[in-house]
Amino acid sequence: MSQKNSDNKHEVGINNKKMVGKQSIAFENPPYIIAAASIAGKKEGEGPLGNLFDQVVEDSMFGQDNWEAAESELMKMTAQRALMKAELKNTDIRYLVGGDLLGQLIATSFGIAELNIPLFGVYGACSTMGEAMSLGAILVDGAYAKKVIAITSSHFAGAEKQFRFPLDYGNQRPYSASWTVTGSGAVILSDQKSQKKKEGEPDIVITGVTTGKIVDYGIKDSMNMGAAMAPAAFETIKQNFEDFNIKPDYYDKIITGDLGYVGKDILIDLLNEKNYDISKRHMDCGIEIYDQETQDTHAGGSGCGCSAITFCSYVLKQLKEGIWKRVLFVPTGALLSQVSFNEGNTVPGIAHGVMVEAR
Amino acid sequence: MEKQKSKISDVVREKNTTVRNQYYNQYVKQVTPTFSTVKNCVMAYIIGGAICVIGQGLTSFFLSRTGDMELSKAYTTLCLIFLSILSTGLGFYQKLAKYGGAGTLVPITGFANSVAAPAVEYKKEGQVFGIGCKVFTIAGPVILYGIFTSWVLGLIYYILKQIGIV
Repeated sequence: MSQKNSDNKHEVGINNKKMVGKQSIAFENPPYIIAAASIAGKKEGEGPLGNLFDQVVEDSMFGQDNWEAAESELMKMTAQRALMKAELKNTDIRYLVGGDLLGQLIATSFGIAELNIPLFGVYGACSTMGEAMSLGAILVDGAYAKKVIAITSSHFAGAEKQFRFPLDYGNQRPYSASWTVTGSGAVILSDQKSQKKKEGEPDIVITGVTTGKIVDYGIKDSMNMGAAMAPAAFETIKQNFEDFNIKPDYYDKIITGDLGYVGKDILIDLLNEKNYDISKRHMDCGIEIYDQETQDTHAGGSGCGCSAITFCSYVLKQLKEGIWKRVLFVPTGALLSQVSFNEGNTVPGIAHGVMVEAR
Repeated sequence: MEKQKSKISDVVREKNTTVRNQYYNQYVKQVTPTFSTVKNCVMAYIIGGAICVIGQGLTSFFLSRTGDMELSKAYTTLCLIFLSILSTGLGFYQKLAKYGGAGTLVPITGFANSVAAPAVEYKKEGQVFGIGCKVFTIAGPVILYGIFTSWVLGLIYYILKQIGIV
């Protein structure tokens, strides 16, 4: 799968300074991903990636009284799981960078309160994992922190309630609609190599990031978020190639967050127009996470948890096993609220690129 | 296929944002799968029809017992609303609506569902600010504009009556 040709040249180019091109950073001391945790809901557990998650929780209420508390509990469980896997305590973590989809980030603030870790709450809709990992990596590379947790979550019912209709309301979901993933993923970034990794397992590092701009191609249909976000993914991926002067074959996989079936085709078409063919190495977390045939999820999965749990389970596993060497992880977000939608605004998108490498 | 390809290249090449967005929206429309209207209509006919058959069955039953048509209609409405709310609470109505579409939306059961579903969802936010404020989030427009339309029609009727047309 990996194409090796003139890659060494790029690596030298990447490492000579931190600011690269217009929108990218190449880390001088690439932060290590020393641990990751992914906890998912029942439906995600029944999907193709089900057996890769650290834990699948059947109870969609997570033992709580309401959806919001359920998501907070889910996020707390995930953060604790990541700490446990890294054999660290909460006091070992300098910062937590996290976010979710609920208004005013209540899943994050109520979820991680108990952990007592200094927090940067971030919102990038479903692109939040990319944003959290980018900022976390910047903190670690800049020596502002030795260890940082980047975490996001989403919950199907909480998101439906906030952005669409009450769960039991009878309506038809269009084919372009996606299904919000119930799940939370966390990575622990560190300036030191993992002490715990198995013999022969590579180190996983974040070598660089490309931060996305808000991209608006005038889509107004909030039920077609793939189409709204595809241009943002296109711009970020294209900028990543240009900033680092690389071609798609630099990566073994280019992994978008939750474009779904509609958005995936659009992204590939858009990049083709710029003479970048990513069709063979593209993967979308929203497509991977559910079985479209049997799980009735229409365009695929979405939500902050979608890219987060896919990255923390499947993507990291492929990197650890050496199946992929380099990936560009590009979570994508649709920046809308019910108010902006009702007021007739478009649905702008954003996408954050994170370059991850096994070495 | 030729047409689609030219569209996406138009999107990428277009410098004027407004025009580009128009091209993009057209292109997206082409590549987004949609429901088959015929299939939707057939399903709505079958499921909506089935709900109406149940209603007719209830009316006939009550009529045979009471002999009073008005009373039987009222009982039927009550029963249908009860069944809709019960199946909403049990999470069944949503599943039916997935296939039934307008067939589950148009009968009175659809209206009952649109009131019961927010009641279930927002109960956690309290009796006043939860259920009280949000129970009509979906049905509200129907109630408001239903009453408003009746008022307008009433007014027209009154005027026509005064000038002796009706």
